[in-house]
Amino acid sequence: MSIKVRQEEIIEEFSLLEGDLEMSINYLIELGGQLTSLPENKKTDDFIVKGCQSKVWLCAEEKNQNIFFNADSNTVVTKGLVSLLVRVFSGHSANEILNEEIYFPEKIGMGRFIGSQRSNGFSAMIKQIKLYALAINIKEKNE
Amino acid sequence: MTLTFKDRLDLTTIRKQFPVLDQSVNGNPLIYLDNAATTQKPLTVINEISRYYTQDNANIHRGIHTLAERATATYENTRKSVAQFINANESEEIVFTKGTTDSINLVAQSLGKYILKPGDEVLISCMEHHSNIVPWQMICQETKAILKIIPINEGGEIIFEEFLNMISERTKIVSMVHISNSLGTINPVKKAIIEAHKLGAKVLIDGAQAPPHEKIDVKSLNCDFYAFSGHKMYGPTGIGVLYGKRSLLEAIPPYQGGGEMIKEVSFTQTSYNEIPYKFEAGTPNIAAVNGLNKAIKFIESIGLDEISHHENNLLLRATKQLNEIEEFRPMGTASEKASVISFNIEGVHPFDLGVLLDAKGIAIRTGHHCTQPLMERFNVEGTARVSFAIYNTLEEVDQFIWALNNLIKKLI
Repeated sequence: MSIKVRQEEIIEEFSLLEGDLEMSINYLIELGGQLTSLPENKKTDDFIVKGCQSKVWLCAEEKNQNIFFNADSNTVVTKGLVSLLVRVFSGHSANEILNEEIYFPEKIGMGRFIGSQRSNGFSAMIKQIKLYALAINIKEKNE
Repeated sequence: MTLTFKDRLDLTTIRKQFPVLDQSVNGNPLIYLDNAATTQKPLTVINEISRYYTQDNANIHRGIHTLAERATATYENTRKSVAQFINANESEEIVFTKGTTDSINLVAQSLGKYILKPGDEVLISCMEHHSNIVPWQMICQETKAILKIIPINEGGEIIFEEFLNMISERTKIVSMVHISNSLGTINPVKKAIIEAHKLGAKVLIDGAQAPPHEKIDVKSLNCDFYAFSGHKMYGPTGIGVLYGKRSLLEAIPPYQGGGEMIKEVSFTQTSYNEIPYKFEAGTPNIAAVNGLNKAIKFIESIGLDEISHHENNLLLRATKQLNEIEEFRPMGTASEKASVISFNIEGVHPFDLGVLLDAKGIAIRTGHHCTQPLMERFNVEGTARVSFAIYNTLEEVDQFIWALNNLIKKLI
């Protein structure tokens, strides 16, 4: 399933909530709850995403030229947010991750229900994912 | 017939003066419990700002035309109101600043440069807001003075014996918060001032949280400086006050240079204006100063005794109900406490509490509250904080507790 299709899926799911803030947050918490937790030894400064108000740890792993992400947070709301990114980006090639436009946050009105500070944190997570992809891309070219 | 407290305090009428409260947030009636961050503004304040720009707008002090005269009169009238409000000797002891932070920076820079020498000591407490830490770190670095921290106990109170042990003839400045924004602790500032003065130290009180809750009497406190903000006492943002004793304000050098603060300027020499103008460089926030006057009138129209009584009722009701929650972990349980409750719910991140309560229309604050060293002292990342003002109701407290209990059930 392409990054675009996964974004469309999320947009459709959130459209069912008709912009209701509480339901959207509850849904985010539910999604976060389904995300596999990171083991404690991965919750270190090496994996932390800077720029988030709450703590977020993000790990990447390459398998068969695709990158798989896993993430965790110390807050349930942020874990829900990061689960959306894991869902969208995980299992794609570095090229796809680097080149695909990310438009679902705006379409689901994320700015409205997560506020500007958390939006900055969310942007930092996307940046970190793209940095992983960039690093793997460069590594592949050099090999 | 003397009116009792209950007769006088008509919350419905009071709330009508705050149009911002009359709205739904995320489909629920707004419950605003973030008053330690900033209070809402009554119509008299809002209307005054509009009136000034509609009728009087002119630059103050040097104009000879009618509008400039009117603007100056209203502006200077506020200075008199502030002086009376905090019982200063004279209005010249009132300097208008941008806010508490600006006031503290002024004192740190001007008094610091005037009296601090290498090896001298500045004492602050462990519960200070960053704005009463960083300006002192900066001036201590510049003057090679030493910044020392007065410890606090588990309840969030200054350990006074430790303060007495720490203070010495090397102590030149003591800067202490009156009411802690994170803990609600009301510090024994009067006692601290007496002890500091015995050893010749000057004392600045960070009063950002105090004036909307209790009567400030700078004469009785005998503090050398007292700093506070308009926006935490129902006034506009961008306006603050620095009270300073005349002799000290006259002695210390100006903080910023520019218009208004000079007597005569030439390229070789400049002489400075009298106090308080020496410290008011540039065109001030005139509209906000006028708004501050209306905020003072608002507080006086209700009376600080009544305000304090009502806020204490809110605090007691909230504390009692919170204590019934098994996972409730308060931070700050001082015996002398203002209407602020900082807490954690075990097993729930305060950030999640803030987001989920906001979805219910309940505004609280979460995080470190600009007191990171204090969070470190209590070994927490942050807390959730509710803080009350005159317009909050007991029903709002109950609704907050109800919403909190529901969240705990959902999240734990």
